[in-house]
Amino acid sequence: MPRKQNPQPTEQAPFVLEPGIESRLLGNSKTSPSILPLELRGLSWKADGLPLIKDISCTFEAERRTIIIGPNGAGKSLLLRLCHGLIEPYAGKVVWHGANGRNPSRYQAMVFQRPVMLRRSAEANVAYALKMRGVQRHERRHLVEEALARTGLAHLAGQSARVLSFGEQQKLALARAWALRPQVLFLDEPTASLDPAATHAIEEIINAMHSAGTRIVMVTHDLGQARRLADEVMFMYRGRLREKAPAETFFAGPKNDLAQAFLRGELLWWRRRSGECRVDL
Amino acid sequence: MSDFGVAFGSALNLIINLDSNLSEIVLLSLQVSLAAVALATAIGLPLGAALALYRFPGRASLVVLINALMGLPPIVVGLTVYLILSRAGPLGSFGLLFTPTAMIIAQTILVTPIIAALTRQVIADLWTEYREQLKSLGTGPGRAVPALLWDARFILVTAVLAGFGRASAEVGAVMIVGGNIDHVTRVMTTAIALESSKGNLALALGLGFILITLSLVVNATAYILRDAAERRHA
Repeated sequence: MPRKQNPQPTEQAPFVLEPGIESRLLGNSKTSPSILPLELRGLSWKADGLPLIKDISCTFEAERRTIIIGPNGAGKSLLLRLCHGLIEPYAGKVVWHGANGRNPSRYQAMVFQRPVMLRRSAEANVAYALKMRGVQRHERRHLVEEALARTGLAHLAGQSARVLSFGEQQKLALARAWALRPQVLFLDEPTASLDPAATHAIEEIINAMHSAGTRIVMVTHDLGQARRLADEVMFMYRGRLREKAPAETFFAGPKNDLAQAFLRGELLWWRRRSGECRVDL
Repeated sequence: MSDFGVAFGSALNLIINLDSNLSEIVLLSLQVSLAAVALATAIGLPLGAALALYRFPGRASLVVLINALMGLPPIVVGLTVYLILSRAGPLGSFGLLFTPTAMIIAQTILVTPIIAALTRQVIADLWTEYREQLKSLGTGPGRAVPALLWDARFILVTAVLAGFGRASAEVGAVMIVGGNIDHVTRVMTTAIALESSKGNLALALGLGFILITLSLVVNATAYILRDAAERRHA
């Protein structure tokens, strides 16, 4: 299947920000040194003593779109949360090699499967995120307007975020992330409950953010989406990273037999129970 | 049943004739209860939200204590405040005993645990939903408190109304610290208690009807305002 190239961020006229706002306040890699690469060293996580992430080690280099795939319960969302610092690892380390003493969380953003919107207008939701990053009130307006324009939500700026459709809320979540100019954006199945049109719109925004310099790390169950977006694929199964490969290589034929089965649409739990699994779990 | 009819008649009579004594009592009742609720809201909302968001040693015990204090007997609060404000008490020099201020203090103590406990529960539930998103945006518990209180504002109206209900209906505390002095500290509930003790049951019940009507008006106003605002913000 041909992979779509990064589309242009938007057809709208480029937004002119006040000089210096981005570099002074935000984390875009074009204006401030990148916090990447991100290295996971022997990362493990347990819930009630049950290991759910098991000894994951890998590195995320800059300027790629990494798509994490795997069956339910593989630990994909947990891995994102560990990377983003929402939960602490039981063992191992999350190392941002480029941080150099800076707080890496200020240079990241995350979009969740279910967008959480504050009970206020769409623009106020974006403005709140900027406020939390220390952006002054008079400087927020430009960034809010730009983010809403880029995501096609300018006409809904004054609308209460809670009355927006699910797809619009997810776009707003991306607008909120965009306004922050993150160097790294984590996305946890952002299109899980969306129709194809909304999914397409979200993918365009993700690509636009990537084109603007944001490193994308995204979890999805949609293999078609993974093929469309991925530069690199990580396949997880039962808390372990089974394969990490360039997208072309992975989709041409993954090395791991579980990944092969997953791509064929086979139910992995059934393989394991029937004793056909050939790798040590 | 005829007692109820007479009571209704008394209540209507008092209202229609705009009895000046009644107006004074109603006004003071509202003044004391609303001031106490305002103070309790100012203390209870942030206290409840902080209890929901912060983790510290003894937090569980504090939560249990605040929940238990929702059932604080007004008479005990009245006695405690009385002892504190009486001439021999630690705050006796302020001369607050038998003043509306003393009544406000007593009612604030009664109402604060109700608002704090209900707020804690509401904010804890909301925090479960918002935690990851707010943490991702870099919002710590300190900055999350105002954001969550604002987002829960429609639900918290109910907590404040519960506090108002408690304040407007209690008699034990205001009776002890206010002394039910005519034209000074007499409020609806103390007036009802006085008329009952005098055997003037119809008038007492009539005053009771007016108190219930007042409470209905306050609650209905809050409901209409909340409904309109909620509609606007989904």
